[in-house]
Amino acid sequence: MTADTMSEKPPIAVRPELSAAATPEIEGSSAGRPDFITVRDFNFFYGRKQALQEISLDIPERQVTAFIGPSGCGKTTLLRNFNRMNELIDGISHTGDIKLAGRSIFDPGIEVIALRRLVGMVFQKSNPFAKSIYENVVYSMRIAGVRERKVLDDTVERSLRAAALWEEVKDRLHESALGLSGGQMQRLCIARAIANRPKVLLMDEPCSALDPIATMRIEELINELKREYTIVIVTHNMQQASRCSDFTGFFYLGSLIEFDRTKKIFTNPQEKRTEDYVTGRFG
Amino acid sequence: MDNPLTHAADFFDDGSVESSKIVSRSVGNRVLTLVCIALSFLAFVPLASILYLVVKNGLPLLDWSVFTQLPPAAGMTGGGFGNAVLGTLVMVGLALVLSAPPGILAAIYICEYQPRGRLAGMVRFVAKLLTGIPSIICGVFAFAAVVLSTGKFSAFAGGVALAVLMLPTILLTAEQALLGVQKAYREASYGLGATRFQTILRVVLPDAMPAIMTGVMLAVARAAGETAPLVFTALFSQFWAKSLMEPTASLSVLIYNFSTMPFEHQVKMAWTASLVLVFLVTVTNITAQLVFSKRQS
Repeated sequence: MTADTMSEKPPIAVRPELSAAATPEIEGSSAGRPDFITVRDFNFFYGRKQALQEISLDIPERQVTAFIGPSGCGKTTLLRNFNRMNELIDGISHTGDIKLAGRSIFDPGIEVIALRRLVGMVFQKSNPFAKSIYENVVYSMRIAGVRERKVLDDTVERSLRAAALWEEVKDRLHESALGLSGGQMQRLCIARAIANRPKVLLMDEPCSALDPIATMRIEELINELKREYTIVIVTHNMQQASRCSDFTGFFYLGSLIEFDRTKKIFTNPQEKRTEDYVTGRFG
Repeated sequence: MDNPLTHAADFFDDGSVESSKIVSRSVGNRVLTLVCIALSFLAFVPLASILYLVVKNGLPLLDWSVFTQLPPAAGMTGGGFGNAVLGTLVMVGLALVLSAPPGILAAIYICEYQPRGRLAGMVRFVAKLLTGIPSIICGVFAFAAVVLSTGKFSAFAGGVALAVLMLPTILLTAEQALLGVQKAYREASYGLGATRFQTILRVVLPDAMPAIMTGVMLAVARAAGETAPLVFTALFSQFWAKSLMEPTASLSVLIYNFSTMPFEHQVKMAWTASLVLVFLVTVTNITAQLVFSKRQS
């Protein structure tokens, strides 16, 4: 266990007896860093249709992990299981387990609301609320009942600075968020997602609707944010995966074909199918 | 190189079957456009002529006193219909209070909580049936439910009849409004750890509100002009109503009564009452649209 992971506050607000249980999981990480999310033998079904097959992987803390693969390969489905977002859909079921800091996210003792406060999400299409920039950022605080003006103001500045948006919007915080450009809206969504300091940030193709300049800014931002957050990003863009991720998982037809350091996946993959995909031979 | 323009002319005007087809297609296009314009005017004629007649016949008697005075007795002149204006406002207001909260809450339930549940299916089915029910049936229902049980015609009974009439419209338009809220907003809210209730209250309802209010205003506008549900329930009165539990005048029943009288003055007053009713409904509609479209942007 490295010193820098211990110097900060504990990685997740778990009850004391649970942090003890978490320790064995942290040992033996493939990354030399604790595995923050562990997926074991995970199968997932939409009704009778199986979308994920026997997925097992370890996502290390404060690194960027990219999921790549052709459309319909299950990468987004897995991502949306990490904050149990799939539960908004009827008729889903799963077997196997996903653990966050050693504790199963499907544990009946876990409130899904609490889980989603720990695991923030940025969506493919930026979706700021039809509210002011300020109210968008503090939404997670408002629903938690935070009222102190000072706390809210500080959160807005900290989150917007962290999302590299502060300088552009500081003079119009109370104007509608819908007046921002596409790239700004997506950065606002990131600011909103990190406002209540989650531990994990899930990003579902966050740049697919953005132009190259806006995409570059988001990628720079991802590099900044990984100092504080464990980031999982789904992307169709292989350059993006190779540019900004530390680990990459290649999914195909609902299975995880290969999971390794990004450098290895892109230069020396073990699987033929991975090589074919990253070199653009199919997909 | 040859001149590109002559080349283009050759290209388009080569006298082939293709080019003659293009001519016949563009002629068809123009004819259909003209037909559409002509039919739009045709649809506009009855609307415009109603407005014209109401304004032309209603204006002569329109002054402030019609809002402050009581209806003239048969054969008498002067007077106004202040009690009918008040009665319409009170009964429509009462109907709004009785129908909007349950209508909107039921829509939230069937749209947000149990969209595929049995109760939701039943409510939706019954609401659709009710929108097709003639308004006079609502009057008969309120007559049986309220007038017979309280033993008197009253503004309250009229309000109940109008509420029954408005409820399905409000419910179904509110459901459509809620369905129109982008899934992305809901996901963003749930993704930030909001409960269903918080998501509905803070994200879904504010976004759907303009459309919900448009539905409510449509229901109000329709209810304000209804006569049939009121003739059995609120009846009519020559006097100012002192409570909700006595027969009450309304603009629509006054128009119905006065327009069939053999006295010229009463007929003219019916026209003026029509003008006031049209004006009230229009003002309500326009105000609602202005207020709620501003909030949306």
